[in-house]
Amino acid sequence: MPSATTTRDPAPPACVLDRQGLDALVQALRARGRTVIGPTHRGGAIVLEELRSAAELPYGWGVELDGGHYRVVRREDEAAFAHSAGPQSWKNYLLPERVRQWTADRAPDGELTVRQERHPPASYAFLGVRPCDLRAIAIQDRVLLGGWHRDDAYQARRNGAFLIAVECTEPGATCFCVSMGTGPAAGPGYDIALTEVLDETGHRFLARAGTAEGAEVLAGLPQRDADAATRTAAAEAVESAAGRMGRSMPPVDLHTLMASSLEAERWDEVASRCLTCGNCTMACPTCFCTTTEDITDLTGDHAERWSRWESCYDLDFSHLPGGPVRQSGRSRYRQWLTHKLGTWWDQFGSSGCVGCGRCIVWCPVAIDITEEAHALHQEQLARRAAGEGTP
Amino acid sequence: MMGHGGLFAALPEGRREALLAIAREVKYPVGSRIFEEGGRADRFWVVNTGTVALDLHVPGRRAAVIDTVGPGELLGWSWLFPPHHWHLGAQATGEVGAWEFGADSVRALCARDPELDHALLMYVSETIGKRLRSARTRLLDLYGPAGSGQLR
Amino acid sequence: MTDPPVPYRVLDTRPETADTVTFRLAPAGRALPPFAPGQFAMLYAFGVGEAPVSVAGILPDSGLMHTVRAVGAVSRALHRLRSGDVVGVRGPFGTGWDLPLAAGDDLLVVAGGIGLAPLRPLVQAVLAAPQGYGRLNVLVGARSPDDLLYREELGGWALPYCGVTVDRAGAGWPGRVGLVTALLDQARFSPAETTAFICGPEVMIRATARELLHRGVLPQRILISLERNMHCATGHCGHCQLGPLLLCRDGPVVGYDRAEHLLTVREL
Repeated sequence: MPSATTTRDPAPPACVLDRQGLDALVQALRARGRTVIGPTHRGGAIVLEELRSAAELPYGWGVELDGGHYRVVRREDEAAFAHSAGPQSWKNYLLPERVRQWTADRAPDGELTVRQERHPPASYAFLGVRPCDLRAIAIQDRVLLGGWHRDDAYQARRNGAFLIAVECTEPGATCFCVSMGTGPAAGPGYDIALTEVLDETGHRFLARAGTAEGAEVLAGLPQRDADAATRTAAAEAVESAAGRMGRSMPPVDLHTLMASSLEAERWDEVASRCLTCGNCTMACPTCFCTTTEDITDLTGDHAERWSRWESCYDLDFSHLPGGPVRQSGRSRYRQWLTHKLGTWWDQFGSSGCVGCGRCIVWCPVAIDITEEAHALHQEQLARRAAGEGTP
Repeated sequence: MMGHGGLFAALPEGRREALLAIAREVKYPVGSRIFEEGGRADRFWVVNTGTVALDLHVPGRRAAVIDTVGPGELLGWSWLFPPHHWHLGAQATGEVGAWEFGADSVRALCARDPELDHALLMYVSETIGKRLRSARTRLLDLYGPAGSGQLR
Repeated sequence: MTDPPVPYRVLDTRPETADTVTFRLAPAGRALPPFAPGQFAMLYAFGVGEAPVSVAGILPDSGLMHTVRAVGAVSRALHRLRSGDVVGVRGPFGTGWDLPLAAGDDLLVVAGGIGLAPLRPLVQAVLAAPQGYGRLNVLVGARSPDDLLYREELGGWALPYCGVTVDRAGAGWPGRVGLVTALLDQARFSPAETTAFICGPEVMIRATARELLHRGVLPQRILISLERNMHCATGHCGHCQLGPLLLCRDGPVVGYDRAEHLLTVREL
């Protein structure tokens, strides 16, 4: 996958939309029968919801982030996308918390009829997909669609999703997409990419199409050709964002670091703080684990199978007849981190982390994935220095 | 396979013959008692054919079989350690053929040959270790109701 | 999740031991693709749920045989099945025993407890084409003589070596007492040209694999079948992870060369 921060076409076909153009974009997508989902300010957070118009975007709102800390703050300007990741991600729409998978009926003679759930083709347009989240969608695509078996429910939602990426110009204090190679510029996978520019010349959005449908939608909007000044301002805003990341990962191969850290002492330290609440897995845009629920109606002759989000922090997650395999908090935190940064490579050919920082923000005790990776790296360096041999 | 393990394979060059020279070939018919718990442990055997059950007498019950010794394996190690009494009883569960070694003769041989002494001690220790591991593992009752370890 | 369960009808059931039942299934309509020895099915007990159960027999006309131990709600529901009842079946899932790898080799089939079930179709496949392999040895460990699976069938297999040992002997047991590894001295195999197939509790798998390595069997020729919590069997739910392995996809049969270092890490 090409790096998001390099190898950009110096001058891709682009146009400029102003705020009215953005309004027109939302209306055009709605006219095409799409449900437009995007960020909006509600309940003290920037949440993802259906947008009826671009006016519902959080113009003028930013966020103040830290470990276990999230505050919406008023900005001095009217930027619409000057907030980084919120409590939700696009998986809430593509991989909803509960999905019915099949229904089964038992006839009086014992005959069993199983009906696969038909997933009506959803038709979403996601407005404001940050580059880190764009990668997160690609990662879930690989997990749920890229193997021998496909998740049909996910496929139906994903096929119908139109993605409008918005490059990152205002990273948060918990962001580290540069370390993960996922931002702040948009990588591949979008239908349309926007870069917000707000300067003395005005408030506008540099727009490029990534697909034929994206180009078709853009062509129907009030727009003007991209001028050099807007292109330069957009590139500089993204470039500047790359230099203002609030967090970073240690500059090592995290896959190898995780594989060689299974017996690290650091796990005990983090386990003494971790509540095993699973917030990080719920907030993470790539965490995909689910469990199954079987339910029957009162007659007992109608049954349903549902899948539901589950967290590897749940004690029952590793249940075996003799008891759970991962009984300690230490082993469950280790499972999450080593999977996210390490064994995800073995299983799905990439990292499972995109550097969005949600797990840091929404951890009630402010456990910081980057701090833990640094600590594991330092412990490994210390072990090597002490001559315990290479991992 | 007799090739792997086995007392004779564990001995240094030439000692197999020396040891066999003081051995006696014995046969035990099915069901015969080879030794009894508490009896004087003044010999040991290397089983050639058949199987020997090691048991413990429990009043009011049939003797409980703790372990079995098959072809190629060492039968008896109590001869090596004071107080030289058998801890278990031994019974032939089939027609058993074995080499029998008198403890005094073996000790005399070892006194003259430290290399043989060492190899023999290592072999007996390894055998005891194996049986200890076997007993410990079986304590877990791995195949029991809660110890299952594979697909349901 | 992809395909929902396919209805299969119970042909017959047979109590195997006090807590284990064997039943044979035939498709009630459409049949699933063919299973290979070592693969598993998800068996659906109506309204109760699903459990992963390895295939213990591959029957003509897409029939399946399963041996199930009552350990949870689903397996207890499966124990209540009677001839004529219908269950849902999904599969086949997972890696099977890699028999082509063993071509020309001596074979060691080592089973502990209900671990004999997934090994049974492997033994049958080898017995059906013995010319492709060296000597076939079957070593079975069980809790007690009463807990031994497929008792009559074991006696009927014509093998260079077939040994059974139990943890605890009841009255009148004429056979071996002790660990299954103690039977290796009687098995007939040349370690460097041997492929081993092991299934049982993980402790038993580790002990057996270690002993085989010590005797000179190559780690990549030691195939083991591992268990973790499987929910979806399609690689989407994340439950069956063992480090880098998703066992419903990369297992349950794994080479010891890939698994050895994972089995030494506690709570992995």
